[in-house]
Order: sequence, then C-alpha cells, then structure tokens
Amino acid sequence: MATLPAPAPVQPRRRRSNRPAWEGRPSLAVSLVKAVVLLLIAIVMLYPFVYVIGMSFASARAAASGFVLFPTEFSLDAYRTLLSGNAVPQALQVSVGITLAGTALSVVFTVLMAYGLTRTKDVPGARFILYLALLTMLFSAGIIPNFLLIKSLGLIDTYTALILGSTSGFISAFNLVVIRNFFMELPQEVLDAARVDGASEWQVLTKVVLPLSKAVIAVIALFYGVAYWNDFFTAMIYINDTSKWPIQVVLNQYVLTGTPLDALAQGNTTERTVTPKTIKMAIVVLSTLPVLVVYPFLQRYFTKGVLTGAIKG
Amino acid sequence: MRGLGVRTGGADGVAVRGAEVMRPNPKGEAPAGTPEDRRLAGRSVWSRIWRERWMYLFIAPGLLFFVLFRYVPLLGNVVAFQDYSPFLGFTNSAWVGLQNFTDLLTDREVLTALENTLVLSFLQIVFAFPAPIALALLLNSLSFDWLKRILQSIVYLPHFIGWVVVVSIWTEVLGGAGLVNQLLAELGQGPVNVMTNPDAFPWLVTAQVIWKEIGWNTIIFFAAISMISPQLYESAAVDGAGPWRRIWHVTLPGISGVIALLMVLRLGTVLTVGFEQIILQQKAVGAEAAQVIDTFVYYRGVVGGDWGLSAAVGLLKGVIGTVLVLGANAALKRFSGQGVF
Repeated sequence: MATLPAPAPVQPRRRRSNRPAWEGRPSLAVSLVKAVVLLLIAIVMLYPFVYVIGMSFASARAAASGFVLFPTEFSLDAYRTLLSGNAVPQALQVSVGITLAGTALSVVFTVLMAYGLTRTKDVPGARFILYLALLTMLFSAGIIPNFLLIKSLGLIDTYTALILGSTSGFISAFNLVVIRNFFMELPQEVLDAARVDGASEWQVLTKVVLPLSKAVIAVIALFYGVAYWNDFFTAMIYINDTSKWPIQVVLNQYVLTGTPLDALAQGNTTERTVTPKTIKMAIVVLSTLPVLVVYPFLQRYFTKGVLTGAIKG
Repeated sequence: MRGLGVRTGGADGVAVRGAEVMRPNPKGEAPAGTPEDRRLAGRSVWSRIWRERWMYLFIAPGLLFFVLFRYVPLLGNVVAFQDYSPFLGFTNSAWVGLQNFTDLLTDREVLTALENTLVLSFLQIVFAFPAPIALALLLNSLSFDWLKRILQSIVYLPHFIGWVVVVSIWTEVLGGAGLVNQLLAELGQGPVNVMTNPDAFPWLVTAQVIWKEIGWNTIIFFAAISMISPQLYESAAVDGAGPWRRIWHVTLPGISGVIALLMVLRLGTVLTVGFEQIILQQKAVGAEAAQVIDTFVYYRGVVGGDWGLSAAVGLLKGVIGTVLVLGANAALKRFSGQGVF
C-alpha cells in the first residue's frame, strides 16, 4: 500500500481582519473606492520624496532628460560638490550641534520641571506654576517683543538664541503636559516605596521614574529634535552672520531665493558634470536626512505619547 | 491622583520611615490621622517648602524660562505706544499714546495683510480643518490593522519635514521647471506655474497645509474614536444602521466634543497663518498676495525698523486672538454646557 500523503494540516481559519462579527463584509464597490483613495493618498504623500531623492542622485544627462521614478543614470557628483564646498558642511555642522545640544537641554529641563510639578498638592505654589506654564499655550507676546528681548540680552548672532528662542520653545508647554501626565500615571506605590526607603526626590526621579519613562522621553526628544532641526524662523530672525546659519537657512538661500550656487562649489572641477537642479535637490535631501533616518525607529512610540498628552491636555 | 496622599507624610527621611515601618501600608493609602501626619500638617508653609526643596530645584530652570521668555516679553509691548528707537531704548523713546494704532487703521499694507490672513484662515478652517476628520474615519473603517499602521506611518511623515524642505519639494514638483510642467510639455501644453501665481496662492497654501498636517492631525481624532464604546456600534448595526449611518449617528456624535474643542483653539489662531510657510514663498508670489499679518510685522519692524507700528499690529493681533479663544470657549459652554477651560 502506497503511503498516503500526509493530510494537509487543517488550517484554522484565522481572522486576519479585526472586523467585528456583527459587521457585514463591505461591498466590493466600497472596498474598491477606499483602496483607490488610500492608494492616491499614499502616492501623494510619498512620491515627492522619491522624486527628489532620485533627482539628487541623477547624472546631469538623466536630470536633463527627466524621469518619473528613478533616474536612468546615477551620479554622486551633486553631493561631492556640496560636501567639498564650505557653506553646506558648515551649515550641517551648525544644525547638528544645535539639534543635539538643544534637544538634550530641552529634554532635561522639561523632564525636571514636569516631575517637579507632579505633586501639586504637596508642593506649595506648584499648581500656580503649572497654570503659568499652561497659559502660555493661549497667547504669544509677538514677534517684536521677542526680538527686542533677544536683542537686549545680547543674544543676536549667538547659538544660544537658536536654542532659547526656538519657535517651538526651549520648553514647550505641550511637551511638559505630555511628560507630566505620563509621570502622574506611573504606579505611585512604587515611587512611595522608594521615598519610604529614604530616597530623595532626585533619586526617585533618576532611579525609579526615568527607567519607567524611556518611551515617552524618546517621543519628547523626537519632537524637540525635529523642531530644532527644522527651525528656520529663529535663525532667519536672530542670525545675521552667514557662517552661523543652520542648514534650513542655507537651503532657503540657495534653493528658494535663487542665490547663485557658485559659492557652494568653491573652485571644484566637477561643476560641469552637475546641474543646479541636482545640487538643489541634494541640499534638500541632506536637510531632511536626519529626520528620515530617525523617523522609522521612533514613529511607533509617538502616537501613544501624543495621545496621552492630547487627551489630558 | 491615587497615592498622592501618602506624600503628606513627607520626606523628612528617618522619622517618617519609622512611622511607615510600624504601620505597613501596602495599598498606598494616606496614613491619615497618624500623629506624625498631624504634626506635619500643623507645620508652616516654610517647612513644607523646605521639605520639598528638591522639587523647587527641578522646577526653577523651567520656571525661569517661562517667566523670562514668555511673560517678560509681554512688557515689551509698551513699544506699541512709543515712537521706539533701539538707540533710545524703552525708557527714553517718546510716548505717542495711541498714534500707532490710528496709523495702522489707515495703512493700506496693514489692510492687505489682514485681508490675506483672513482669506487664508477661512480656507484652512473650511478645508484643512475637516480633512483629518475624514481621513481618520476612512482609516478607522479599515479592517486590517497592518494596513492601517502602514498608512499611518506614511501620512504622519510630512509633519516632520520642515517648511523650507516642503516648499522646495513642492516647487520641484509643481514649479515652472518642475515635474508636472515637464509632463505637460510632453503633452504639448504650455507651462502652468502654480508656485508663482498670486491668484492660486491661497489655494496652494491650503493644499500644502493639508498635505503636511492631515495625517498628524488624525491622531487626536483616532484617540476620540477609540473611546467610543463598541457596544454603540453593535446596537446600531443590530438596529439596521449601515456603515454610513453608523458614522453619522455614532462616530460623529462621539467625537463632536473633540471637534468643538479643536475648533475653539483654531478660532484663537485665526489671525495666525504659517509664518515660515508664507515668508518662504513670498518672493515667488509677490507681497501683494503673500503678505500676512506676521510677515508684515517682521518686515515693517525687524527689517524696516518701524518698531512702534509693527508692535501695535502684533499687540492687536494677540489681544484679538485671546479674546476670540475666550469668546469661542464661552459660546461653547453656553451651547454644550462644557468649555475647554
């Protein structure tokens, strides 16, 4: 007797969809319309990035002839030209420095303040200070008074102005609320146990609270980091010294206001093999890169972080 | 606020620890009424402050920031009542009363900026405000979680891109030498440059705002939708309501509170339209179409040195914004019985 082929294991019908039992299957027409709309949205959101990245890597010939998805001929000349010049590497350095220093300082002081404001019942004045901070979400002093303040503090043309005067705020009231709400939801018994054991508040914060809060701190760091990296307004207003410009201002200068690109090349010999267009797109890519690199790692955290903050705030 | 009560016991280290050890308190309930507690409650505010010195140390730098960079500048608005000159400073510049305010009423540029701002705000409230609600409903109707997650990652992305990059990318795709015009040229059509057309500018700005923020702004609506009880949907379905009617009678009423809240906040910023977004495109479109209140204040004040008038415009804008938020909140309270604050 020939051995029978083993019966195919009965696949339990797994429900991949989370559609509840009472809900009928959507009609084909509706599903089709949905699929088309969602596909269009995805294309509109992503395609510009694909095109710009492709253009930045295109050879002069491919750039001139045009392409839809990927250039027909690749070349790194645009990046070589940019990185061998002065302006872009310097601006990247400024941006990286401001973003790292600013994010670190902002996160530290936001976390400290948020923790200090968690026990408003016990700390006299804490509730008042909390409201003082929250109230700033409702008004702004205005461009002129802020400018005059930075000026009278002698911070014009300093990196300090880029951090303390940043558009989103050195300490953003929103981020403060997000972190504070998270701290308030931690199991207070654990914190109290540490206190009973004689831990000072500094020890409670660093040994108990922070290890439990890594995800939300990562989210806040992302928010601050992105805000510092993308900030154009602050540098435009407070920084006149071109050697202190961050990358966003340089990008505006060369890509949008049409300042000739010659200044970027600085006697480089590859000039003839690259077109202004690819160089511009290479600047765009360089000034987006850090965000694009960090985004996938952090994006699964931030919905949760924003949710808690947004609902409670 | 569970567990907070415990802290009334304070961190006077040793003494309190002793009390706690004697009376184990696993649930973290307030040890109300211990002699220790009463002794502490009777102590002065100063001793409470001393006991919480760490907390004040934590708060201090942040408080300093908020006071110095958020409240002190409010005082700088006195410039609006002065013929301010940086060389003379606040104390020596001449006071001109309401002169700056009467001047701005007859300044044609101010009026243009106001008109442009209101047009842009109107378009954004009508189109950019409801767009994320629609997208949230659409994504929420998807039956596959993995698909929903992928789409969310995609639509959130532009939120993290700076305006300089966004405008550069749009110019590259839609501008005169951009992709769309290359395709049009191949079809034998003349160039259409949306990026430099003053008439199209308000629509362009609105489209950019939608592109950049539609995904990100769905988050708060998702949160609101997720808090609606599934039983409501189920009973609606059992009663014969189809998908559309369930959206209309269950989902939308369920998130109406959040929508009202966001609308109140949005009305407060009706005189604020993206400064960076607009100033970056002003050169391309011209100041007639792309001058808004904030860019006017910047050019007239920081660049042009007319500090008094531009500060007056800024102050007026700030006051109107605050009044609008408070007014919208009061109206909301009257109609729905509950305000945002």
